[in-house]
Amino acid sequence: MPKSLLVVSRQAPWSGLAAREALDLVLAGGAYDLPLGMLFLDDGVFQLQDNQQAAAVEQKNLSANLQALPLFGVEAIFVCSRSLQERGLPESSLSLPASVLDAPQIRQLFERYDQMITL
Amino acid sequence: MKFAIAVYSPPHAPASRRALRFAEAVLAGGHEIVRLFFYQDGVHNACNSIVAPQDEIDFAGEWVRFIASRQLDSVVCIAAALRRGVLNQEEAERHERTAACINPPWELSGLGQLHDAIQSADRLVCFGGH
Repeated sequence: MPKSLLVVSRQAPWSGLAAREALDLVLAGGAYDLPLGMLFLDDGVFQLQDNQQAAAVEQKNLSANLQALPLFGVEAIFVCSRSLQERGLPESSLSLPASVLDAPQIRQLFERYDQMITL
Repeated sequence: MKFAIAVYSPPHAPASRRALRFAEAVLAGGHEIVRLFFYQDGVHNACNSIVAPQDEIDFAGEWVRFIASRQLDSVVCIAAALRRGVLNQEEAERHERTAACINPPWELSGLGQLHDAIQSADRLVCFGGH
């Protein structure tokens, strides 16, 4: 039975490489068919906003890569409800099907996975 | 116990020093390190062109001496390294760059090596990141 891994992504897509490198890690694991989950926390929730204009800050849009998550077999996608609220982002603005979790549910999530990486 | 250790911070960051001291303590405690994996800015730890001031500790140098003397499996993420200009001879030639700064015992490889290490270790311990 392979060990499960939860990757917690906490950075906005425009704040440097962290968001892209967290996603690359998940997609790499998905290619090996490993049990993976991805949680968007804090500024990481900005990654899931649709209609991003990455070109305006001369960046490549991360959205297309995020859409690849289910194609790579990663369907356990979670979003922190408090992080959304703090930033005034409605759940309806999410560009991926994801489970919105409150703090106790996130605590349970951490216990459910064997390993965790925060990037 | 088998440990996988991931480092996400460069050698001048406190997390890199803590990772090195932790790794030394793992072996001193009679445990095993299945792999050291360097990702994000952690790839800079593998760079052999870092020159530390004489009155400061050379952590990049300490890393390479530790890894070589204990013959540890030490993988640097190739995608993260290329973005940051941390190349071995082969990659420098492939991308037509003048300088390589990674030699064995460091190895450039993919993120699959981190997943593989997680699967074979009892514990994954990460240093740095966000």
